[in-house]
Amino acid sequence: MKTIQFREAIAEAMSEEMRRDEAVYLMGEEVAEYNGAYKASKGMLDEFGPDRVIDTPISELGFSGIGVGSAMNGNRPIVEFMTFNFSLVGIDQIINNAAKMRQMSGGQFNVPIVFRGPTASAGQLGATHSQAFESWYANTPGLKVIVPSNPYDAKGLLKAAIRDDDPVIFMESEQMYGDKGEVPEEEYVLPIGVADIKREGKDVTIVSFGKIIKIAYKAAEELEKEGISCEIIDLRTIRPMDHETILKSVKKTNRLVILEEAWPFGNVATEITYQVQSQAFDYLDAPIVKINTADTPAPYSPVLLEEWLPNHNDVIKAVKKVMYKD
Amino acid sequence: MKKITKATYLKWYEDMLFWRKFEDKLAQVYIQQKVRGFLHLYNGQEAILAGALHVMDLEKDRMITAYRNHVQPIGMGVDPRRVMAELYGKKTGTSQGMGGSMHIFSKEHRFYGGHGIVGGQIPLGAGLAFADKYFKRDAVTLTFLGDGAARQGSLHETFTMAVKWNLPVVFCVENNGYAMGTSVARTSKSTEIWKLGLGYDMPCGPVDAMNPEKVAEALDEAITRARKGEGPTFLELKTYRYRGHSMSDAQKYRTKEEVAEYQKIDPITQVKDILKENKYASDKEIKAIDKRVKDLVSECEKFAEESEFPDIQTMYDVVYEQKDYPFLPHKL
Repeated sequence: MKTIQFREAIAEAMSEEMRRDEAVYLMGEEVAEYNGAYKASKGMLDEFGPDRVIDTPISELGFSGIGVGSAMNGNRPIVEFMTFNFSLVGIDQIINNAAKMRQMSGGQFNVPIVFRGPTASAGQLGATHSQAFESWYANTPGLKVIVPSNPYDAKGLLKAAIRDDDPVIFMESEQMYGDKGEVPEEEYVLPIGVADIKREGKDVTIVSFGKIIKIAYKAAEELEKEGISCEIIDLRTIRPMDHETILKSVKKTNRLVILEEAWPFGNVATEITYQVQSQAFDYLDAPIVKINTADTPAPYSPVLLEEWLPNHNDVIKAVKKVMYKD
Repeated sequence: MKKITKATYLKWYEDMLFWRKFEDKLAQVYIQQKVRGFLHLYNGQEAILAGALHVMDLEKDRMITAYRNHVQPIGMGVDPRRVMAELYGKKTGTSQGMGGSMHIFSKEHRFYGGHGIVGGQIPLGAGLAFADKYFKRDAVTLTFLGDGAARQGSLHETFTMAVKWNLPVVFCVENNGYAMGTSVARTSKSTEIWKLGLGYDMPCGPVDAMNPEKVAEALDEAITRARKGEGPTFLELKTYRYRGHSMSDAQKYRTKEEVAEYQKIDPITQVKDILKENKYASDKEIKAIDKRVKDLVSECEKFAEESEFPDIQTMYDVVYEQKDYPFLPHKL
């Protein structure tokens, strides 16, 4: 094993796949000469040259569409958004073209493309730069959505995403790029659509994904001191979702808390809540609790942003609530 | 450019007439409610496709367009019976009944749709060309769009990159005068759409697109430029559509006199006049062509009528390349 940063995991995954398959290329704003806005493509221009590591103008709609068109004609593009907030100006190409092409053509044209970049908040960036669109993309048939929370998962899942023959949305975080973690020296690929139990426990199940899962770890540590044992499931893939792992855990703990950094209305947690109540109703000993951001655009002011975001105390409170210890 | 001969004119007449009659048949079966959804017909614009096909390399070049797209794949080589069946929503359709009128595709014949969002196909066309350049293939992509799409951001973003990267693509605006019911002049001060190319240093110009020879000449130059690696061209093909934007269009935005003016320079009539003037075909021979066209249209209708609707499972099978994708259930 070796210890690398999250951004290095991303660069290693992309570089290994580009060495393996000539059809793969990387395109986006600042990905080449600048080495990536968050240095997630460091060294790649030097290794692969300007035909395969391509700086674009600030034209998300244009380069998303060019990516999709090239994927219909033999390429396997990786399209980087500096953040998924900016994917909104290119979303027509993702929803109407990447996700629908295979269906509309009766199965003739698949679109093997990865759209990747950071999601959700990253400090005091205000309303337009702090949004999480996992549930938007996961709502769309035709797409797959992956949100890893550590370097190991990121590398293995990004490699799987690049090899996948369907369009994949791959979401990272500005605040995770510096995170360190162990990855194997040798090559590995992780399966899409399989959740991972990050911490085993018996009293309460906490389901989460992405960088916010770290506050669940902190909460679980504190709760353990009080004798409450939390099982933490990292979804890793949002679409397709690994309902089996969630249900199995809930049937064991009989209590569920869902932690998601996103607006509360109709989000990923809502979907999990529906699935669990419909398939494990008799196993639940308490109503499911979900923890999300405030139902407002993200504020800038530090005090307000702290209030807006979920924190580990919210998780502790939620766990105690489903255990009737509040 | 491949020489325009008697054979060319005979082919143009038969093809263009077939496209016209194919669309007329669709209008008829639409009224009978056998074909549903939106229906956008190509009547009046046939010289564009005829001229383009004359100069394309049909062994390797590619085509993509918007939602007025029934006859282009036929021109590229797709069995017209399968296009008709697609509009009927049958399993024998080009997209197994998944696409309908606006979404005709053929991987085999390098026809990439068939796109319903105005301007959404413009970057796709550049992307097809991107892949050809990337893999050093000698192919050119013709990307068609309407006059309305010229005002979409997708055109402008795509132009920036297509020129900068020298992509082997030709962008063709089919300016039929109206974006749905709104004339070009009502939404834009600059009405000469081809001039938009000037801002991107892209070779550009207007073309009389009621005449297939004029279209062929302009496109030949553009395709040659693209094939030589000298990048994209932007052409404004000035044309006219006789029918409404779609079948529900009452056409109150134009006069009957205006339509009649364009019918005087109808592209099929122009081709027919040349057949007669040059004695390329006798009246008897022309009648024989007309009969072949009529018979083939009937054959398409019969094929579509008699084909079966798709199985329910098809709805799931076409979404993902992954064979065992776990779709959520939607009914008890």
